[in-house]
Amino acid sequence: MMLSFVVRRVGLGVVVLAAATTAVFAIFYVAPPDVARALAGRQATPETVALVEKRLGLDRPIWQQYLSFVWHALHGDLGYDYYHQVPVGTIVLEALPATLSLVVGASILWLLIGVVSGVVSAARHRTVTDRLLTGLALVFYSMPTFLLGLLLLFFLSYRLSVAGIPIFPAGSYVPLTEDPANWLRHLLLPWLTLALVLAAPYTRLTRAAMLDVMGQDYIRTARSKGLRKRHVVYRHALRNALNPVTTQLGIDVGQLIGGVVVTETVFSIDGLGKTAIDAIVQQDLPVIAGIVLFASTAVIAANILVDVAYAFLDPRVRLH
Amino acid sequence: MREWVEPSGPWRMVWKQLRRDWVAVGAAVVILAIVGLAVCAPLVAQVTRHGVDTQYRTTGLTADGLPRPPSREFWLGTDDLGRDVLVRIAYGARTSLLVGVAATGMAVAIGLVAGLVAGYFGGAVDTVVARLVDLVLSLPFLLFAIALVSVTGPGLAIVIVVIGAFSWASVARIVRGLVLSIREREYVEAARALGASSWRILRVAVLPNVAGPVLVYTTLLIPTVIVAEATLSFLGLGAPPPTPTWGAMLNEAVHYYQVAWWYVVFPGAALLVTTLAFNLLGDGIRDAVAGADR
Repeated sequence: MMLSFVVRRVGLGVVVLAAATTAVFAIFYVAPPDVARALAGRQATPETVALVEKRLGLDRPIWQQYLSFVWHALHGDLGYDYYHQVPVGTIVLEALPATLSLVVGASILWLLIGVVSGVVSAARHRTVTDRLLTGLALVFYSMPTFLLGLLLLFFLSYRLSVAGIPIFPAGSYVPLTEDPANWLRHLLLPWLTLALVLAAPYTRLTRAAMLDVMGQDYIRTARSKGLRKRHVVYRHALRNALNPVTTQLGIDVGQLIGGVVVTETVFSIDGLGKTAIDAIVQQDLPVIAGIVLFASTAVIAANILVDVAYAFLDPRVRLH
Repeated sequence: MREWVEPSGPWRMVWKQLRRDWVAVGAAVVILAIVGLAVCAPLVAQVTRHGVDTQYRTTGLTADGLPRPPSREFWLGTDDLGRDVLVRIAYGARTSLLVGVAATGMAVAIGLVAGLVAGYFGGAVDTVVARLVDLVLSLPFLLFAIALVSVTGPGLAIVIVVIGAFSWASVARIVRGLVLSIREREYVEAARALGASSWRILRVAVLPNVAGPVLVYTTLLIPTVIVAEATLSFLGLGAPPPTPTWGAMLNEAVHYYQVAWWYVVFPGAALLVTTLAFNLLGDGIRDAVAGADR
């Protein structure tokens, strides 16, 4: 049962990935009227354009181009960046540690803040704490990621530094292997930025789910048996309230990637997102295509993992 | 019957509930004020006597060429090119609201039709729509927006189309789910038994029951779209300069936040107040619709 669910889910993921690959191909190879010129950059000479055209094999029919694009992508060959002839795969691998550091830390904070504040809010329903948390969640829910990043930079990094308390640096990335303490210090604000914006809907979601579960008969039974409220909230209610939260998680992995692009740009972290944005300025299309394809694959894979984890937690899901 | 009972229609009940919710009413007033600001942007330019793209290099910049703080001449200060921040915020409201309404309208129109057709007729159409919805929802929006804009070049129209093309799926999913349950109700069956056409059933029996949730979702989609536009503009993928947009202003402000707080704070506040007001109003409408159903 579980195995057939996993197989089906992976199959669906492959279909989505194929569609994503086709979309990327369509955007970069079919949509622009003059691909070679676009790939060669805006100031390219006609000779360069002709060269690029030949190198890309653009004289071949479109389906052949597509097959070779997919074939190369399947072998991890994402092409070469236009300016330095570095393989795009290498560029992705170099940017990956920074992005991974950002994603992993922010995700932990994101879920922790989201679920804990939601549970606290529900357990103290209609108190000042509840109102405060719900209000804050709404503010962060309405806040664009880049705005929060800028505000944190201004108040926590700049203002504190001016006041002689330079706890938070103004950005950039220090590799974990080089200097773990500085790695952490540089990532604190980016983590907070990404986590707070992502956590806000989870506060609301967890709170609503908790309140829903808390109204059910088995909770009343547990309470009337004389179990302590704390025990009922955390052991009985939370377990079931987390189901809708897990469902939402799968959808939001894509959101996370969007937030990563913005956060990296604000804090000048040289990860995948900032590399892609820089590549746009330079019109380095193979780099953008490679990163988009790579990140889409990561998102789809993460989606599968979340869904499988969910099916593991809630056996009813496997039936659908 | 009508002679002694004044029928209280569902929309009137929603309106009655909503009127009593002072948070929602306050949010609506704020939204009206922002719409007013956008409409009266030329008036703001006239009162301050500052053009929206005019660079006041002598009066608007310090001797070092830095932005000037708020003053009697420039109420909300100037930007790095010596332009009036207040005037640019007023014109930026136009961009945000235009994209917010246009992209949301596009998403709701497509999503509504797709959801109605898929949910009501079922079969192959439903399968195709449902798969398409799954696909769109699992693609990372911002990455594909980046990919598209990097090829087409930045522009306001492409921003609206990209956001709309990615936002319709969630509308379609909600509508489809609602229609699936509505079409099994007795009154739909009764209408069908009486020989009503599919078109008439959709219009008379299904659509009114979908309208409430769709209105709620539309109100909540507008701030999401406004944030998406601001994010694209912030990344340099929105309307090209010198079009005034809040996101683009904040993009330029990144380099000046240490010397010009007003350059970050005012456009940021405009953006946050707008999205917050729409979210509060959306929550209010949702509660009112839920209350009217009871």
